[in-house]
Amino acid sequence: MSILRRRKGPEPPPPEKTHENEIEDDKDNKKKHTSPSTEESTKKRGGRFSCVDNCCWFIGCVCSIWWLLLFSYNAMPASFPQYVTEAITGPLPDPPGLKLHKEGLVAKHPVVFVPGIVTGGLELWEGKSCADGLFRKRLWGGTFGEVYKRPLCWVEHMSLNNETGLDPDGIRVRPVTGLVAADYFAPGYFVWAVLIANLARIGYEEKTMYMAAYDWRISFQNTEVRDQTLSRIKSNIEVMVVTNGGKKVVVIPHSMGVLYFLHFMKWVEAPAPMGGGGGSDWCAKHIKAVMNIGGPFLGVPKAVSGLFSSEAKDVAVARAIAPGVLDKDLFRLQTLQHVMRMTRTWDSTMSMIPKGGDTIWGGLEWSPEEGYDCNLKKRKSNSSQVVDQNGTVAEGCTTKKAHYGRMVSFGKDVADAHPSAIERIDFRDAFKGHNLANSTCDDVWTEYHDMGFAGVKAVADYKVYTAGSIIDLLHFVAPKMMKRGDAHFSHGIAENLDDPLYDHYKYWSNPLETKLPNAPDMEIFSMYGVGIPTERSYVYKLTPTSECYIPFQIDTSAESGKEEEGSCLKGGVYTADGDETVPVLSAGYMCAKGWRGKTRFNPSGIKTYNREYDHAPPSNLLEGRGTQSGAHVDIMGNFALIEDVIRVAAGATGEELGGDQVHSDIFKWSEKIKLKL
Amino acid sequence: MASLLRFRKLCYVEPAVSKCSFLSVDKVIKKHDNQSCIPPPPPPPPPLRKITNDGDKRKVLRRRRDPKEWRCLDWCCWMIGYICTTWWLLLVLYNALPGFEVPESPGIKLKKEGLTPLHPVVLIPGIVTGGLELWEGKPCADGLFRKRLWGGSFTEIFKRPLCWLEHMSLDNETGLDPPGIRVRAVPGLVAADYFASWYFVWAVLIENLAKIGYEGKNMHMAAYDWRLSFQNTEVRDQALSRLRSKIELMYVTNGNKKVVVVPHSMGVLYFLHFLKWVEAPSPMGGGAGPGWCAKHIKSVMNIGPAFLGVPKAASGLFSGEAKDVAFARAMAPGVLDSEILGLQTLEHVMRVSRTWDSIMSLIPKGGETIWGNMDWSPEEEYDCDPTKTKYIQSALTESSQSTNETDGKLGFKVKDPVKYGRIISFGKTTSQVQSSNLPSFDPKEISRGRHQHKSKSSCGDVWTEYDEMSRESIRGVADNKAYTAKTLIDLLHFVAPKMMRRSEAHFSYGIADNLDDPKYSHYKYWSNPLETKLPDAPDMEIYCLYGTGIPTERSYVYRTSPTERCKSIPFRIDSSVGGSGDGCLRNGVYFVDGDESVPVLSAGFMCAKGWRGKNRFNPSGIPTYIREYKHKTPAFFEGRGLESGAHVDIMGNVALIEDVMRVAAGATGMEIGGDKIYSDILRMSERINLRV
Repeated sequence: MSILRRRKGPEPPPPEKTHENEIEDDKDNKKKHTSPSTEESTKKRGGRFSCVDNCCWFIGCVCSIWWLLLFSYNAMPASFPQYVTEAITGPLPDPPGLKLHKEGLVAKHPVVFVPGIVTGGLELWEGKSCADGLFRKRLWGGTFGEVYKRPLCWVEHMSLNNETGLDPDGIRVRPVTGLVAADYFAPGYFVWAVLIANLARIGYEEKTMYMAAYDWRISFQNTEVRDQTLSRIKSNIEVMVVTNGGKKVVVIPHSMGVLYFLHFMKWVEAPAPMGGGGGSDWCAKHIKAVMNIGGPFLGVPKAVSGLFSSEAKDVAVARAIAPGVLDKDLFRLQTLQHVMRMTRTWDSTMSMIPKGGDTIWGGLEWSPEEGYDCNLKKRKSNSSQVVDQNGTVAEGCTTKKAHYGRMVSFGKDVADAHPSAIERIDFRDAFKGHNLANSTCDDVWTEYHDMGFAGVKAVADYKVYTAGSIIDLLHFVAPKMMKRGDAHFSHGIAENLDDPLYDHYKYWSNPLETKLPNAPDMEIFSMYGVGIPTERSYVYKLTPTSECYIPFQIDTSAESGKEEEGSCLKGGVYTADGDETVPVLSAGYMCAKGWRGKTRFNPSGIKTYNREYDHAPPSNLLEGRGTQSGAHVDIMGNFALIEDVIRVAAGATGEELGGDQVHSDIFKWSEKIKLKL
Repeated sequence: MASLLRFRKLCYVEPAVSKCSFLSVDKVIKKHDNQSCIPPPPPPPPPLRKITNDGDKRKVLRRRRDPKEWRCLDWCCWMIGYICTTWWLLLVLYNALPGFEVPESPGIKLKKEGLTPLHPVVLIPGIVTGGLELWEGKPCADGLFRKRLWGGSFTEIFKRPLCWLEHMSLDNETGLDPPGIRVRAVPGLVAADYFASWYFVWAVLIENLAKIGYEGKNMHMAAYDWRLSFQNTEVRDQALSRLRSKIELMYVTNGNKKVVVVPHSMGVLYFLHFLKWVEAPSPMGGGAGPGWCAKHIKSVMNIGPAFLGVPKAASGLFSGEAKDVAFARAMAPGVLDSEILGLQTLEHVMRVSRTWDSIMSLIPKGGETIWGNMDWSPEEEYDCDPTKTKYIQSALTESSQSTNETDGKLGFKVKDPVKYGRIISFGKTTSQVQSSNLPSFDPKEISRGRHQHKSKSSCGDVWTEYDEMSRESIRGVADNKAYTAKTLIDLLHFVAPKMMRRSEAHFSYGIADNLDDPKYSHYKYWSNPLETKLPDAPDMEIYCLYGTGIPTERSYVYRTSPTERCKSIPFRIDSSVGGSGDGCLRNGVYFVDGDESVPVLSAGFMCAKGWRGKNRFNPSGIPTYIREYKHKTPAFFEGRGLESGAHVDIMGNVALIEDVMRVAAGATGMEIGGDKIYSDILRMSERINLRV
């Protein structure tokens, strides 16, 4: 519109003669006498148009620059970033795949990846009307665009039925299949991609690599009931073995995938209606090695805090994506409550509640890890300078030990107090009271709303919960969830493994209640990072706010004082050694002791190896997530780990790899655990 | 950057220029192109210096006075901003507005009828539509690991065309990977749901199936590397074994329900190969034994089947020119037709596509018996202008008086039918004269010619096998000759001996006299329906679903290309012949009825006659059904249409989708209405004199 008018506007006025005019040529002349009139026209209309015009101008500028940058980025040769990195940090080491390719390794055993919780993508197959247009788009993984666009709709679709733990009516969300399921979690955030790329270097490709993607929200047995996932994994492994000349597969589970695969190994040999009916030598015939990466064999304390108050740092998963958004009440609604409602419908999180009770995780007075020095790293770096001081401080530290066994305690004083000084009132039969504020809580519903004030108080009055009583606590605060949990998981220790009771599938993912398959040639590796403080136990407080909120909260004000150097309490959380998510105890115990040699859990004497990777943070920003990281997910980019995996895939045994490689105190701690083997 | 600064400075410097509003720009551009605002003019001459300083000051003053003054750069930005904003506004409006009245999708309709998933579905993509990704490459393909080379956005073609071509090629001798390069099929439904991000292939069908409850566990996309010969997909990737195990798995996990297989285009031949492979004994076949198909497969719903090959493949292999089986052209016709890269794009395309064995599975099969010889062809009565004649015919019936004109025209048609049998003819007259006037063709003669005149090529690297041919033998090929489906094979043997050597090992194009001959247990016959028996599975059903009503390439008029350049293709389709008056001949191509790629004859004959009832090709009497879908050109805003009959667009045809879904939900061919025929396929089939 404005263009048209302006074009009409200027009529050539009589040419003005200024002194510039004389020098400038004819063309400039033309320009001259048109311009003043334009100026006039702009002035005339100035107020109305200038704002819009300026906006347009600004947008135009931004767009042009954006396009220019985009263009130059696209025109840039692909090797440019690497070139820059190398120019700054010096030549990078060869990626392990290339290095081993030069050594002459070639693809031998087919490889199966089993992704963990959270990292697998989920896509929509059927949804409510609010999710129109999202058919076969990723709801989980990828860009998470929908979380921001329609958060409530998203939460609704990600939730499962609270009674059955399966799909809610009219909603079908299914795992993405193929390697794309978990190669990248979000763009740029690799999970399996680095490992896949390195395996490809020595000749692996789609036909020899298989991603056993499953819906990580539902309980393990339900993946078979709903999607026949376990059957598919079985059939795929069989095909790979047959089409690759009878070479057994190397299985690489990560995180919760470790438990999933444990379940699979029992399932596949169990008789048909409940199991896969593969016969008692299926594992021996088809599996060469299981290389567990960061496996929470005995559960993770995080899962407790996640389920209890949805607060743990990243098993309460959604927070990992957008901590800022979820911590603040951006939606004006109770974000955390929404998250809690959602995550509590996910049965799989219950597979990671600490198993083995007080025997493994420690009681009121003791814990296997006590004496762990949280500032070890720092001191190590100082050691060259002040050796003497070092020693004394370390000693002082051990005298003041953290009570890791008290997994949840109300108040810091309770967490520190001597066991006899704690007064506890049993909560188990306490009257929960009635919820008075039923209607005021909008549509958000967590089971806390069914619990009255008396119940909340009873919980807080028990003061200290150990791994054993945690189960009771969760039963108390979330009875419906735990009813589902009881049907699918068990968290105890078996007295007699031959009891027919243990044929039920709910025991299959608990290494303390199952026997390993009869496959003496198989190897089990436990590979995990160490050297990162990992959540181990929590200090809680009651939330002062109204009924609609989650009544418990981690007491982030609980810090160890400056003078107590070496204490592990920080922000209400006691940390121990681990890979940031899984404590060393959980990741390493089974391979270090529970299954070592011929034990009752490992009747055929499958060989086990502990491979630890000491965490070294990336030295500079350009390195991204580092090639020596020990963190739970970043370890998938750890060159040493990748090299180990490739060597085994190319045919090496655990002995050839170098057997155990241990940096932590796992063997010492394992000794402290009194478990009948 | 420097020029930008200079340019800006200039705008500051000269008051006149500084005020260069859009209007002055307009005028200036019209008058001059040198000293306008857009290209930076040369720095002002020395005598101006003082004045410019002066002007500069004034400029500054004026800027203070009037900050809203417009300069060139500003004007550009303004313009871009304006366009962007308008665009976004329109986009927002478009998204916010409720969609146009979309007719109810078949998925929703059938869901309301209460259909639920019953039989697992296996989708088998055709040539071209499946994605390919890089697993190992040369240094020039750095950073493309597991990125799509084929499918998706095709950005790499433009960024590094030669590198891309190198990676897409296969080894010319073995037809397998060249050393150091591994390009593999993308697995899963994503392999072929969309070809490019906006161009659906299977996506619509998948979405509709999902509406009635299908999902990953009962829907499988059997992606394979469509460049390889069918048997080689098993040799290299074990694709057939995987498909078999997938079908068995789906059969078991879905309560022993047989699968419904939906192949498209070349996938039809691939699945035919699979049917034979799976029951054949072990070293060459899958070793599942007879009865496997009967046990696991409910029906095969072939979409746009190219059972007897397509003429396009011949011209594609001969000169890289068919309208879109010479695939790369489909994406960017402009780029490939013109010589924009300064290179012979067509030659490149030909070089690459000739290494793809699979194309050879599409060479017309059955020779002259099926495709016609010099003098007759099954389609010869086909009328290329149906709308016009219909009108004329109706006029005839309405008013029984006929004009001379229509008389003459009809008479002409009857008198001189198009000789479709001559698939390739050199010169328009050759394509029309009586066969007695044509020089006789002796394949032995020209093949001898080749050996005699093998020239020492001075062109350096050999790109296509044409480079090894002498001009004389080229002339020998072209000398007023016409080639039928049978001699076409000889011709291809002559011009591309290496390629055809590979092809002979994997495909066969004849008709079997005695199907029980043990030689037919070799895998090269498995994808030719005229040389194999269908499996013994009387409960299975075979459908031929295809579009009709679109002119489809059937035969070609060629000429020798005038250029004597190295590395050029010596033959070209003579696009100068044909026009409105010539009926079926347009731009050097004779058209018949079909779906734009596959002529009706190839798609329908097997279901219409070759397999109908119990016969030697179909010993167990598997019922066959023909379902044709009449093409309706979509309106502009409809995208690719809901009733299209075109080769790929038919995958969005609601009637076809409904048929597929009903069968998947348990219906039989009879229940969905048996045959549905618009074309002359039955009459054409009658004319083919094939012993069945």
